[in-house]
Amino acid sequence: MKFTEEHEWLRVEGDIVVVGITEHASTQLGDIVFVELPEEGDTVSKDDEVVVIESVKAASDILAPLDGEIVEINEALTDEPSKVNEDPMGDAWFFKIKPSDLSQMDEYMDEAGYNALIG
Amino acid sequence: MSEGLKQTPFYDLHLELGAKMVPFAGYDMPVQYAAGVMKEHLHTRSKAGLFDVSHMGQVILRGPDYETTARALERLIPMNVLDLGVDRQRYGFFTNDQGGILDDLMFANRGDHILVVVNAACKDADIAHLRKHLEPAITVKSLDNRALLAIQGPAAEAVMAEYHPRFADMRFMDVDTLPIAGAECWVSRSGYTGEDGYEISIPVAAAETVARALLAHDDVEFIGLGARDSLRLEAGLCLYGHDIDTDTTPTSASLNWAIQKARRTEGARVGGFPGADVILNQIENGAPHGRVGLRPTGRAPMREGVEIFANETSTDAVGKVTSGGFGPSVEAPVAMGYVTADLATVGTTLYGEVRGKRHPVEVSALPFVPANFKR
Repeated sequence: MKFTEEHEWLRVEGDIVVVGITEHASTQLGDIVFVELPEEGDTVSKDDEVVVIESVKAASDILAPLDGEIVEINEALTDEPSKVNEDPMGDAWFFKIKPSDLSQMDEYMDEAGYNALIG
Repeated sequence: MSEGLKQTPFYDLHLELGAKMVPFAGYDMPVQYAAGVMKEHLHTRSKAGLFDVSHMGQVILRGPDYETTARALERLIPMNVLDLGVDRQRYGFFTNDQGGILDDLMFANRGDHILVVVNAACKDADIAHLRKHLEPAITVKSLDNRALLAIQGPAAEAVMAEYHPRFADMRFMDVDTLPIAGAECWVSRSGYTGEDGYEISIPVAAAETVARALLAHDDVEFIGLGARDSLRLEAGLCLYGHDIDTDTTPTSASLNWAIQKARRTEGARVGGFPGADVILNQIENGAPHGRVGLRPTGRAPMREGVEIFANETSTDAVGKVTSGGFGPSVEAPVAMGYVTADLATVGTTLYGEVRGKRHPVEVSALPFVPANFKR
């Protein structure tokens, strides 16, 4: 698993990458009440705003970590945004992306690096 | 601690209880505790929440007698102060010459004086305003030696009744002076959540003792400013600087109910407060905009600043959200804001623009949750 400085986690499954936010991020955001996902089939570029999360406090964006195509979204989050607080590292993944260049993964941190970042 | 911020007498207690502190109106205040905004909100609605509101201004107005002091205060606010009963409290606001609102407040007839409680962000200006217009006939004394707590929620009465049986007998907006944990407290049966509850002014020296005594009850938890905001929004109550300000008039803010007959056209003491011409005219004839409840029909919260449109394609906004977010008890987004008078009818569908997309929102009655006051 790899981690971005934006507190996303990326898990490679074959030629697909699953994307979610970290436990640390979900705790910092507070109670999540709204999730807006991209559409399956969307072509996205790295750093595009692809997901909107709203907590009781504020709205935040999740950026596409890679160039590629959104191949699946986790629609359950639309109906139950609180899943992101309950299981951010597991069931509450946001989307699966088919990267056009998997080597973009190389710039991201491993778990030890991420843990050092969040202290 | 952030540089230059003031602390309330409960600062150390907040830290001890794991509060996340944020700057608010010049004070370092708890925005939430470990439970988080959602749980704190729901706890208040089901049991009892304790709120540190010591940042608010407590001001005593004292003249030769109540009547003189009341008549003086009536020169600054459009409320009937004179006929307010002893040991009763009322909601009010200072107005300016344009009919706008300088601050909203609570005032109580405490026999030989009036106790006024004003917003933290406005208190210095309010005190200067009072001194300028009331002194020397009336003494204006800002109390820096008293803390202020609010206990709110259905369990509040049972908790307070353990300290004195008279707490249970108080009705909404009654005030009394009674001991809690040995300290002389000035208590009103009121609050800012839509729940039954009390606001308690405590000598600073006893503040922490009283707070710890109340927190010792199983049903009582400290609640931060985050949940305070979502509670008052669901209760349809205005937040000064957001839902009301110098550009909003009482009528546009849907606050005509706070202006008693005695001060209106054909009343016993008509006018005589700043902006009376504008305000009394609007009470009769209406204002061009009105404050309304707004319920987004989708799940996306509409926050302060979201523009409201009459339909999905119109170019000119017909209104704006002034407070909005997620209502934990409503289990849906809720908001309030101003729309043009012709669209202010409950049930009207309008559109709020969020991140460039228009989402339907229904003009809704306030409050969003029924009030639980003990009338």
